[in-house]
Amino acid sequence: MADPILELEGLTKVYSGGLKALDSVDLNIRKGEIFALLGPNGAGKTTLIGAVCGLVRPTSGTMRAFGHDLAKDWRKARRRIGLVPQELATDMFEPVEHAIAYSRGLFGLPPDKARLEEVLRSLSLWDKRKEQIRALSGGMKRRVLIAKALAHEPDLLFLDEPTAGVDVELRKDMWRQIDAMRARGVTIILTTHYIEEAEEMADRVGIINKGHLLMVDEKDAMMKRLGRTEAHITLAKPMSEIPAIIARFPVELEREGTALCYRGGDGTGKGKAEVAELTKTLTTAGIDYVAIDTHESSLEDIFVSLLGKQEAAV
Amino acid sequence: MSLNLRGTWSIFTRELMRFLRTAFQSVLAPVLTTSLYFIVFGAAIGGRMPALGGVDYAAFIIPGLVMLTLLGETTSNASFGIYMPRFTGTIYELLSAPVGVAETLIGFVGAAAAKSLILAAIILTTARLFVPYHIAHPFLAVVYIMLVAASFSLFGFILGVWADSFEKLGIIPVLFLTPLTFLGGTFYSIDMLPKPWSTVALFNPIVYLVSGLRWTFYGQADVHFGISLGITFVFLAVCVTVISIIFKTGWRLRD
Ligand SMILES: Nc1ncnc2c1ncn2[C@@H]1O[C@H](COP(=O)(O)OP(=O)(O)O)[C@@H](O)[C@H]1O
Ligand SMILES: [Mg+2]
Repeated sequence: MADPILELEGLTKVYSGGLKALDSVDLNIRKGEIFALLGPNGAGKTTLIGAVCGLVRPTSGTMRAFGHDLAKDWRKARRRIGLVPQELATDMFEPVEHAIAYSRGLFGLPPDKARLEEVLRSLSLWDKRKEQIRALSGGMKRRVLIAKALAHEPDLLFLDEPTAGVDVELRKDMWRQIDAMRARGVTIILTTHYIEEAEEMADRVGIINKGHLLMVDEKDAMMKRLGRTEAHITLAKPMSEIPAIIARFPVELEREGTALCYRGGDGTGKGKAEVAELTKTLTTAGIDYVAIDTHESSLEDIFVSLLGKQEAAV
Repeated sequence: MSLNLRGTWSIFTRELMRFLRTAFQSVLAPVLTTSLYFIVFGAAIGGRMPALGGVDYAAFIIPGLVMLTLLGETTSNASFGIYMPRFTGTIYELLSAPVGVAETLIGFVGAAAAKSLILAAIILTTARLFVPYHIAHPFLAVVYIMLVAASFSLFGFILGVWADSFEKLGIIPVLFLTPLTFLGGTFYSIDMLPKPWSTVALFNPIVYLVSGLRWTFYGQADVHFGISLGITFVFLAVCVTVISIIFKTGWRLRD
């Protein structure tokens, strides 16, 4: 794998109450990618981020960032890591620009007016820079947290549920922000339970549930491997068996021969093309049909089916 | 390991800014309290008191008053400084930053100590309006005030990490610090106490602090200055040790 920027090996966290929030997680993150950690509430996403960022003490396992062992060279590694937490935690009485300048200094960088202005402007916070944080709306507060995380120009950024409880407009805005950060070469790890978000943004997706990292793959490869096209073709006249002319397609009869069901493809569009091919063949063969209903499986379906398998395995 | 000095500086200046945002109440409260003590103890009662060891009673109580405010304010400043981020969740940033125990302590404790010095200066200035007094060892007085301020900032830091509610945060100063300070010779000399009590008083660590500061002011005190200094250092060392353990184990800071 080219340039892993973060390497987790056997990362395990058992909370003091005995709950195993992470169970031997292995994960490599590549430089410059957007990685989406996808999983239901309580899956262990925040715990994983906390372990890397120093908020949670791992029970066992090793973590390396930028080649530094996070247990030993954490000062060097942390300078290059930014975190936007899930909860909106802000110092209410602090003016926005102070909060951001403070973050930069805390991470060891000298004050930089130009950079401060750039960060504030890019998040539409420039006009609010003198205001106390308590005077801002929830969406604006989240921007302040992002600005704080970006103040020290991190190479690796964690966004924990960046769009949870955020209105549609701000969510779109957030996606633009993430795109802009990617363009600057920042590696981004975000968690979400909105599948569309992972589908929209991520290069790779990891699916986590109950502390187990179930699958990590390129988003496209994951769709290809698990994605499916399903088409139901309602026939004008019922048939008793599949005609030889369409035997090469993955089809079967359903609803007592009144419909054909196609299940195939791989999430890359191959399925749709095959369905078109199939219908042309039917037309050529004079087999009439009255309705076609196609459905592409999404990451959501993949997710549900994976979690279903995990439940079954337990 | 190279320390992140910019990080330390950021913590220090931010804490001081927090203090300055509430500058009015931070200054007004000690001015008012000190004035009240002087009116009641200095003028009303002090007029009927004999001079203690050649020091006029109103002047005699000044070091005790400085200690009284210093211990209370320093402890509560430092404890709030670390409790509030824990309470609001903003501590995530500190925990994820490239700062360790040294940077954090120097930043927080340095700021709390600086605030305490400002307070001490305000109290001494206010006292000037009521009594003319002369400080015998001004340099040692400043050093000693800084030492006590640093120690109680550390103590406050521990308190702020330990407390898991506002009640607990407030109870220690009210339950221990204020009574011990009142009993610690703020308003009297230990040898004015009847026999068993003058010995019992020596088990109160604050007696040594008040006495130490009084020595730097007037060159005489209940106990030898060296002993006061020694006890202050022991307290400081204990606090530093406890805090190092807190950071090593992540107790109440990291899950
Ligand atoms: N501080 C904690 N102490 C004990 N259990 C915790 C703590 N934080 C999280 N957990 C538990 O660990 C599991 C994973 O939580 P979390 O990492 O927050 O999940 P996610 O972010 O995926 O929703 C949950 O069951 C949660 O209740
Ligand atoms: Mg979470």
